[in-house]
Amino acid sequence: MADSWSWFPALAVGVSLLKCLFIGGYRSTDFEVHRNWLAITHSLPVSRWYHENTSEWTLDYPPLFAWFEFALSHAAQHFDSDMLVVEKLNYSSPAAVLFQRLSVIFTDLLFIFAARECCRCVQEQKGSRDVLNQPPFILAALLLWNFGLLIVDHIHFQYNGFLFGFLLLSVAKHLQSRHLQGALLFAVLLNLKHIYLYVAPAYGIYLLRSYCFTQDNKDGSVRWSSFSPLRLFTLAGIVVSVCTLSFGPFIVTLPQVLSRLFPFKRGLCHAYWAPNIWALYNVLDKSLTMLGVRLKLLDEAELPRASMTGGLVQEFQHSLLPSVSPFITLVCTLLAILPALASIWWRPRGARGFLRCLLLCALASFIFGWHVHEKAVLIAILPLRRVFVLL
Amino acid sequence: MQTWSLVSICVLLGVVVRWGVSLKSYSGEGKPPMFGDYEAQRHWQEVTYNLPLQEWYFNSTNNDLNYWGLDYPPLTAYHSLICAHIAKIINPEWVELHKSRGYESPGHKLFMRATVLVADLLIFIPAVVLYCFYLSDGSSKKKVSTLLCFLLYPGLILIDYGHFQYNVVSLGFALWGVLALGLGWDVLGSMAFSLALSYKQMELYHALPFFCYLLGKCVKQGLMGRGLFLLVRIAATVLVTFALCWLPFLSDPNQALQVVRRIFPVARGLFEDKVANTWCSLNILIKIRSILSSDSQLYLSFACTLLAVLPTCLRLLMKPTFWQFKLALANSSLAFFLFSYQVHEKSILLASLPVCLLLNDLPLVAIWFLQVSTFSMLPLFLKDGLLGPYVVTSLAFLFFSTYLLSALEHSSEEELRLGVYHKLLFFLPKMDLACIVRWKFYISIAVMACLSVVSAALVPPPHLPDLFPVLVSTVAFMHFFGTFIYLNIVQFSAPPSRKSQKKNN
Repeated sequence: MADSWSWFPALAVGVSLLKCLFIGGYRSTDFEVHRNWLAITHSLPVSRWYHENTSEWTLDYPPLFAWFEFALSHAAQHFDSDMLVVEKLNYSSPAAVLFQRLSVIFTDLLFIFAARECCRCVQEQKGSRDVLNQPPFILAALLLWNFGLLIVDHIHFQYNGFLFGFLLLSVAKHLQSRHLQGALLFAVLLNLKHIYLYVAPAYGIYLLRSYCFTQDNKDGSVRWSSFSPLRLFTLAGIVVSVCTLSFGPFIVTLPQVLSRLFPFKRGLCHAYWAPNIWALYNVLDKSLTMLGVRLKLLDEAELPRASMTGGLVQEFQHSLLPSVSPFITLVCTLLAILPALASIWWRPRGARGFLRCLLLCALASFIFGWHVHEKAVLIAILPLRRVFVLL
Repeated sequence: MQTWSLVSICVLLGVVVRWGVSLKSYSGEGKPPMFGDYEAQRHWQEVTYNLPLQEWYFNSTNNDLNYWGLDYPPLTAYHSLICAHIAKIINPEWVELHKSRGYESPGHKLFMRATVLVADLLIFIPAVVLYCFYLSDGSSKKKVSTLLCFLLYPGLILIDYGHFQYNVVSLGFALWGVLALGLGWDVLGSMAFSLALSYKQMELYHALPFFCYLLGKCVKQGLMGRGLFLLVRIAATVLVTFALCWLPFLSDPNQALQVVRRIFPVARGLFEDKVANTWCSLNILIKIRSILSSDSQLYLSFACTLLAVLPTCLRLLMKPTFWQFKLALANSSLAFFLFSYQVHEKSILLASLPVCLLLNDLPLVAIWFLQVSTFSMLPLFLKDGLLGPYVVTSLAFLFFSTYLLSALEHSSEEELRLGVYHKLLFFLPKMDLACIVRWKFYISIAVMACLSVVSAALVPPPHLPDLFPVLVSTVAFMHFFGTFIYLNIVQFSAPPSRKSQKKNN
């Protein structure tokens, strides 16, 4: 039916055309969020970017993403320059919608390229001639046609495909033993969306253990004498220079930027609870409260109404069980990822072990993190597909 | 991978594409006072629900026939009635007599689009799946590829899920008829086709091949024995099916006559709007409509249609095989489209269905024709605001069908049945006809792409306001005529040899 690798363009073209069909469909408030950011970065001076709050959707991604929006805004002005006016809240002319949708489809090209790089790292099965059973094809289909990503990016509206492109490319580079390139890509990714801090421990420990220590003992344990300070300094240099490039212009307003990036006042759970452990904790708290009221052990009037289920993004206290603070969630997350990190330190299994550790870090942060969005589960799902195909 | 998993994926992909297209606007959206086909269908639900059956086809104060009067046979009316009952349960305002005229809302649009999808899933898609699996040749991979390409055909998707119609029902019933005939169940096939005819009278384009095939088969089985018995059974089935569909209207001859008058409006003229058939294209050079009287126009088109359809039907009568039947369906519907009276551009779908059946046997020609048929409806899509879906579905169809069916690789002279052309063009020097055909294909796609861009982006000069629709219909007409000649030649040449079939597998 098809010769080697000709199925990849078919998969890529097919999914891109499908994305074009959703241009006229439903879009969420995230559409207005990104339009607002296009307007802020285009119309205002750099010093005002993280102070601007005409719209409720303030800039809360790191500076590199703001520069990305700034670059996009230059293309946007050819479609509809009215969308770049900050005061025009909820502006959505057909040209504006078309531009934003096309920008997501276009930046997904990076994701497609990264998927291809990942597929190259996967071994082909020699036995079967059926292309549908080959691991590279399966991986490509799972990555490119991931319907969760399709719905979140092309209907709800976000740029996750573009960001995941960086993550997948970084992982692919590590699988190809090009560690410096992988580190660079991850540093860039962190400065585009800081949610990837979830998986930073995996990167840190892996690179420290497998890259900075150039040799292992025969039984696989760490050989302290092979520590290479040069490699450590190179890695540190890469990370620091990327961060400087990104945060440099904002060094004066750093506290303001950090408060935008890490808004701890948003509460333990998002308005729509992510399916993590705190959701179960909330349910337990609510059930015990209701039981307590039924058994007349608690006074109903003293309890707040619909405190966590009202759909609002705010801080709240649990009624019966002890309240959870950000520090506690951090401790829980660290405890959860400790076994995985210890594993790649004591018995590193190369890049595959790193991939599994990355997946565990993502999942642990999702389960135990503070103010997790349901969309964050994608960070766990995409590496999971890689692991599944590699296993 | 299991074949049925692949089939499910294909069907689901087809449904996703269909639903994606239905997100866009429908015909007449937001355009009072007449709106478009969407409002016509909604109005029929209103009329059939609120009025007694005897008043459906008659003009009255409650039923103004000038505002989208019913002009399809009774099965369409029954279908509208069923939809109306469901609509009443969801929101009675949608079918309230008089008050619901021009009703438009997101909820209503969702309901109407859903009715098309349900009809598709119940009638058309199962027929397509069964056809691709039981009546086409090749490995199971090839059958799945054919299925996907069949389901991705843009013309039907854009008309039914964009513009808004229920062609999936009539074409679906016709396809069930073809399926049954192919499997040898002639009686069931004739019943299915009678249902198709009772849904949309345009299925008459397919009627002659069905008739000739069945008659030829009966003659072959001997008119004095089993053949006669089969003929009687088929005739009885057809009569009973028609009687059952038209039963409520047969009690009063006036009723039946009025329905016939509504579904065959002979007073409307040789053609309306720009359509890619002979008369409209001829009209550019000679103004036929002004030269001939309307009666002469009727006789001329009748004579030409008859002449065009005669060879293919006679050949089918002599050789009633399934291969001849498929070709005859295509040739007959093309003949009617090219030469008949009051043809609309949407009627090309009647020719597209038989050509879809040929996707497996003549991939390059089928893909080419199907692409042109979609292109020929471009002015309609532009009017409906369906440019985006048109571009996306056309690109997807072209890309996936040429890739999956390897159309350009399987285009040798033998596979394209060009042997006869060599004999006909004996006076010309020997050329690589297959190469010429491939180049014609590339040039044709390029021309269609350019014309599409130009029609969408540019404004026509003021003294030639219809320039682009005319160009589109003329280019499409030339392709349709060429395909008509080609398919007739293929029908008269030898059937595909078993050796070349084995090579294709």
